[in-house]
Amino acid sequence: MAFTIPKENYNGKVYEVELGVGDRAIKIGGESTLPFLSFEGEMPNRPSIAIEIQDLPPNDWPDTVKKVYEKVSSNPVAWAKFCQDELKADAVALRLISTHPDQKDTKPEDAAKLVSEVLNVISIPVIILGSEHIEKDIAVLKTVAETAKGKNCIIGKAQEENHKTIAAVAMANEHKLIAMSQLDVNLAKQLNILLTQMGFVKERILTDPMSSALGYGLEYTYSVMERIRLAALQQNDGAMQPPLVCDIGKNVWKTKETIAAEAELPEWGSLEERGIIWEAMTAAGMIMAGANLLVMRHPKAIELTKKLIEELR
Amino acid sequence: MALSGVEIFKHLPKTNCKKCGFPTCLAFAMKLAAKGVSIDACPDISEEAKKLLGEASAPPIRLITIGAGDKAVKVGEEVVLFRHDKKFFNPCGFAVAIKDTESSDEIKKKIEAVKTSEIDRVGQKLRVEMIAVTDAANDPAKFASVVKNVVDSAPGVPLILHSMNPSVIEAGLALCADKRPLIYAATNENAEAMAKLAKDKKCPLAIYANGLDALTSLSEKVKGLGVEDIVLDSGARKAKDMLEHFTMIRRSAVKKSFKPFGYPVIAFANRDDSMMEALIAGIGVMKYASIIVLSSIEKWKMLSLLTLRQNIYTDPQVPMQVEQKIYKVGEATDKSPVIVTTNFSLTYFIVRGEIENSKVPCWLAILDVEGLSVLTAWAAGKFSPAKIAAFVKESGIEKTVSHKEVIIPGYVAVLSGSLEEKLGEGWKVVVGPREANALPAFLKSRGA
Ligand code: SF4
Repeated sequence: MAFTIPKENYNGKVYEVELGVGDRAIKIGGESTLPFLSFEGEMPNRPSIAIEIQDLPPNDWPDTVKKVYEKVSSNPVAWAKFCQDELKADAVALRLISTHPDQKDTKPEDAAKLVSEVLNVISIPVIILGSEHIEKDIAVLKTVAETAKGKNCIIGKAQEENHKTIAAVAMANEHKLIAMSQLDVNLAKQLNILLTQMGFVKERILTDPMSSALGYGLEYTYSVMERIRLAALQQNDGAMQPPLVCDIGKNVWKTKETIAAEAELPEWGSLEERGIIWEAMTAAGMIMAGANLLVMRHPKAIELTKKLIEELR
Repeated sequence: MALSGVEIFKHLPKTNCKKCGFPTCLAFAMKLAAKGVSIDACPDISEEAKKLLGEASAPPIRLITIGAGDKAVKVGEEVVLFRHDKKFFNPCGFAVAIKDTESSDEIKKKIEAVKTSEIDRVGQKLRVEMIAVTDAANDPAKFASVVKNVVDSAPGVPLILHSMNPSVIEAGLALCADKRPLIYAATNENAEAMAKLAKDKKCPLAIYANGLDALTSLSEKVKGLGVEDIVLDSGARKAKDMLEHFTMIRRSAVKKSFKPFGYPVIAFANRDDSMMEALIAGIGVMKYASIIVLSSIEKWKMLSLLTLRQNIYTDPQVPMQVEQKIYKVGEATDKSPVIVTTNFSLTYFIVRGEIENSKVPCWLAILDVEGLSVLTAWAAGKFSPAKIAAFVKESGIEKTVSHKEVIIPGYVAVLSGSLEEKLGEGWKVVVGPREANALPAFLKSRGA
């Protein structure tokens, strides 16, 4: 019996989306195959990684990752610059966590002021994330989207309850949009359909299937993503073809595995390595399931993930 | 090739005697084609037809057992490419490589690491299953002495004997053949000698060839030499080759019934950087490796890999859930706090683990919400004040404890007022932390 390469014939592909402006702009998506299977299709762009920063000192991040940013994290502008210049980030994800009513309830105008300062000092693409508070995000993202006009940012996250307004401001100010739904293939599709029905261009959407961390539901996200990707390729389903974005840092760095001291749990081994591998392994899982853009925190985990991506190409 | 129900039907007795438990032979044939029943259920089938159908109905990837006794590792028998299509059945086995040139100190440390590798995660015991003794000296006596050392100090742990030299393998086998080690590996050059050893000692045999064409012919050659239990190595060591080869092998076996690839796959994830090695092994876990050999097994590394394996091999059809009831954690008394949460098993095990960590005995009231997490169950209306109240009332906890206080997860703080109302006179609802890992501090502060 002779071996013949078992190829699948796909008729769809993932949209290719450009982020940012100028020579530092990046492209994600565009593949016509499952991740890295070069024998049956193209994967023109490697998955990109955005480093997460926020508008408050990261007091609630575990030490392993907090200490890396010690010198810059009290100033989001310096932090953004550090990510671009020192860490050679592909992109930065600025989370406006202080706008949450339970945090500082920062006013939209103040958040916008910070966004414009960050955009002034870095030239890599910026992802602007709200606090995931349904009502507050409407006001905050509206104002910051206007401030960031012309920078081709990603604005997020639009959820079912607030997608109309957030999509409208993203559209009006020519940004890309992250649409997040709750870990379900049909909900993800539904939200994308709602967006296109209101006139949002589907090639400007990024789907966030709702990430999870290794050991804390990773398998759900993994399978939802595999199914979305198969629907995009096999059924040529436009509502399933936006690139996939996985916001993993915030899930990973709240797990016990990244926090508990070795003295407390000797059977878990060194805390430093454990935290870093937890984020990198989660990233590896998302990449194998089809992620095009990851939002991560620890530079060493990012470096490992990039090395893995290189080895997969 | 897998046969259709109609093709199978042609070979059945066609008497519709119902002894198989199906109304007709055709119904039985259909079920057989779907691999939902064993051919042995029909007592009247001819031997000839049985052999023919047996081959056609065999699982697309052969089940291979490595080792003997209760620590034996079973791999293979996978039927899908994506876990959401059904599930992945037999979790890949991890092995640590021990070179026969390593110092006795290093060897001792590695054996110890394997023996103490077990962790408990959401109710399952997970560990590094195997040791791969690796020939680096090309010296049968040296190899045998390390095999002996491992057999003596890690009894029951399944072995992989790794050498391309049949006399080295033979020396190792002399000490452990009855323990069914995996022989690694037959190549095009040594196939006859290795196949003979595997057959004589009834051990599974891994075959190594460079690339998938060469692997196909070697697989056929070794099978032709009479070896049934085969494990495949296409020489893939880079992440890309691993992913592509393993995908092609799994697809060929499952979708095309390509017999030469109807066996489990072995992967080697050796890297100087242990973190990188972990990620490479992770690719193996997700994408179809059945045995993964590592060069080191630090605890942080195995925690991540064993967790990944558990995630990927979880049955996606069954929401993981535990039974609805009041669980006693520690030496709980009538004064101990009552904590309410959902029956999603991850939630249950994490909350329970944190209560144990706190050393504060508690009653853990687990409400059946069909295996959803707290937030999802709340959003779906399954973790509602009415349901929680009804459960607390019916559970009889009122007779067990002398207080009237329940602690609810911080994420559903909004429920507290309405729950208090539903529970009625005298009840108090306390809002606990959002994340379980804050429970120990929370419980201790209340105790003080
Ligand atoms: S037992 Fe055999 S012969 Fe009888 S009905 Fe079933 S398949 Fe047909």
